[in-house]
Amino acid sequence: MGEGEMSEPMTAGAVPDLHGGHAAPGYGTFVAVWAVLVALTALLVLVSRSGQGAAVWGLLLITPVKAALVFYFFMHLRYEGLLLKVVVSVALVTLLIFFALLFSDIAFH
Amino acid sequence: MNQAAHAHPEHRDDFGAKLGMWLFLLTEILLFSGLFLGYAWMRTRYPAEFHHAGTEMNAVLGVTNTIVLLTSSLTMVLSLVAIQRGERKRAMLGVGATILLGLVFLVNKAFEWHAEIHHGNYPGSAHLATLPPGEQVFFGLYYTMTGLHGVHVLVGISVLSVMLVMIKRGRISRDRFVVLENGGLYWHLVDVIWIFLLPLFYLAA
Repeated sequence: MGEGEMSEPMTAGAVPDLHGGHAAPGYGTFVAVWAVLVALTALLVLVSRSGQGAAVWGLLLITPVKAALVFYFFMHLRYEGLLLKVVVSVALVTLLIFFALLFSDIAFH
Repeated sequence: MNQAAHAHPEHRDDFGAKLGMWLFLLTEILLFSGLFLGYAWMRTRYPAEFHHAGTEMNAVLGVTNTIVLLTSSLTMVLSLVAIQRGERKRAMLGVGATILLGLVFLVNKAFEWHAEIHHGNYPGSAHLATLPPGEQVFFGLYYTMTGLHGVHVLVGISVLSVMLVMIKRGRISRDRFVVLENGGLYWHLVDVIWIFLLPLFYLAA
């Protein structure tokens, strides 16, 4: 696929977005995502104020959702091909494994 | 000069450019992750101290800066939509707003650090030396992580300033915008890191 793109630079220029084009999202989608992110931030602040345990759960549950929204929409992962999604997932899963190892070490030390 | 370049089919690989940017961003994620792991370990070790040191943080400034960065991410992604539609002025407006919000973030950060340093909460201060080890670690992590993040904001602002000029000169256009897309990816990642820093430091109490 990469070969094909390289041999046809003019076509690549004429079609601005290979993985979006007409399907590319408009302004509204992103404004909606932004509103959800602000709402989640407000929720996180509220939850954090209701106690130490709730704050930790807010951190562990709400924060990753916010990060995922930025990755998925703002960083266009939603509109990317499988290769890019897999590359990013491998890195994030590796990270999760590191965190799992750390906390298992703490728990059983 | 340019005519010669155009006569020959130029090499162009937008997907490769984006994949390269993502690979770089993954190294950035792992760089910050080391610090996040350190934070997680220290917080489980000194829960009470982290909670107490967290009360010294200015939550209002932290939340304000979160909204500022989230909004800057929005203006960034909107500028990309604009350039894809050939709306050059709007694209410049979006990038300009992103740069401005980035500066607002840094000014807030400066006020915040100024206040913390004024309270004697800075690495190596006499006041900090009297605090228990857990609180010293908290402030050490606070300055390292928000400082490293601040450097990234500064780099992002510089990169986006170049992009603003590139859009103005037509180097970034409806047909070739992968550079702006990659600049945006960097900016959004800086936003994601801040999303995690907010609850770790400002809402810890």
